Amino acid sequence: MSGAEIGLALSVFLACAVEAVEALTIVLAVGTTRSWSSAMSGVGAATLALAAIVAALGPALTALPIGVLRVLVGGLLLIFGLQWLRKAILRSAGLKAKHDELQIYNEEATAARAAGAKHPGFDGYAFTISFKGVLLEGLEVAFIVLTFGSNQHRIPLAAAAAAAAVLLVIAAGVAARAPLARVPENTMKLAVGVMLSSFGMFWGAEGAGASWPGGDAALPAIIAGVLIAANALAWNLRRGMRHVAADQAVPTEIPNQAVSTEIPDQATVSA
Amino acid sequence: MKRVQGFFAGVWEFVVGDDWRTALGAVLALALTALLAGAAISAWWVMPLAVLGLLALSIRRAARGGG
Repeated sequence: MSGAEIGLALSVFLACAVEAVEALTIVLAVGTTRSWSSAMSGVGAATLALAAIVAALGPALTALPIGVLRVLVGGLLLIFGLQWLRKAILRSAGLKAKHDELQIYNEEATAARAAGAKHPGFDGYAFTISFKGVLLEGLEVAFIVLTFGSNQHRIPLAAAAAAAAVLLVIAAGVAARAPLARVPENTMKLAVGVMLSSFGMFWGAEGAGASWPGGDAALPAIIAGVLIAANALAWNLRRGMRHVAADQAVPTEIPNQAVSTEIPDQATVSA
Repeated sequence: MKRVQGFFAGVWEFVVGDDWRTALGAVLALALTALLAGAAISAWWVMPLAVLGLLALSIRRAARGGG
């Protein structure tokens, strides 16, 4: 397996694992409070819809000329990657709320209980919420599978990496019988953002006609560079937030009064 | 009509996300790369510079509450 193929499999696996953790929380909440059979029907229907999207768009993408494909795929991956990086950096500095799977589980379960009486057979609420949750969380992964896979003509490899991530998350969910709150989602999202941005930059520039120094060997250097830049931006932002917090701390007139170093609430941007 | 608008709003949100300036910047950087490469000028450096700049500006806007 080449370095690019390992990068493809790793990126898809991480992206899919993160989204699967979020989908699992929703399915667990409606399955536990409403109906497992209807929730699982929703999961099955959404999985089929995602598979159909990949099956329909995959051949269409791979039929494009390689230059056009690389600009298109590179541009999309870069835009997606920058979104993932931006959110991960903001979360690491406390400027965006981190995903709290337990809190989301409780909110979904409360909404499911308040959604009226359960139907003894097919429960439409459980089906719809599961279907929407899995479809929406899976859509971005489907596009990552398609773009990465089509560009390297390895859609089956990308799909296998996605399937492996889903199976792993399902197994962990079954073992834990609870939302996977301890998964380091933000670190995984930062890693996905780094990979998507790096591959997007590499393929986009190649598709636009540029030649990287060293050819394919430039890719690891690009990934390292993006990783260092993202961490430097996150570190700089956290440092800035600490300075803001220190400047806004209450002066200590009473000798034993503790000075707060918490980031003020008004600086927090809602998710 | 509302469904069509909703569809396009969904596609926009899905592709462009929270920060349209960054998405536009990425497209412009690719266009500049193509222009330079078309003129036989070395262009590989455009994307790394653009990505670093776009990300830093996007983070700065968000930190200042500008989205």
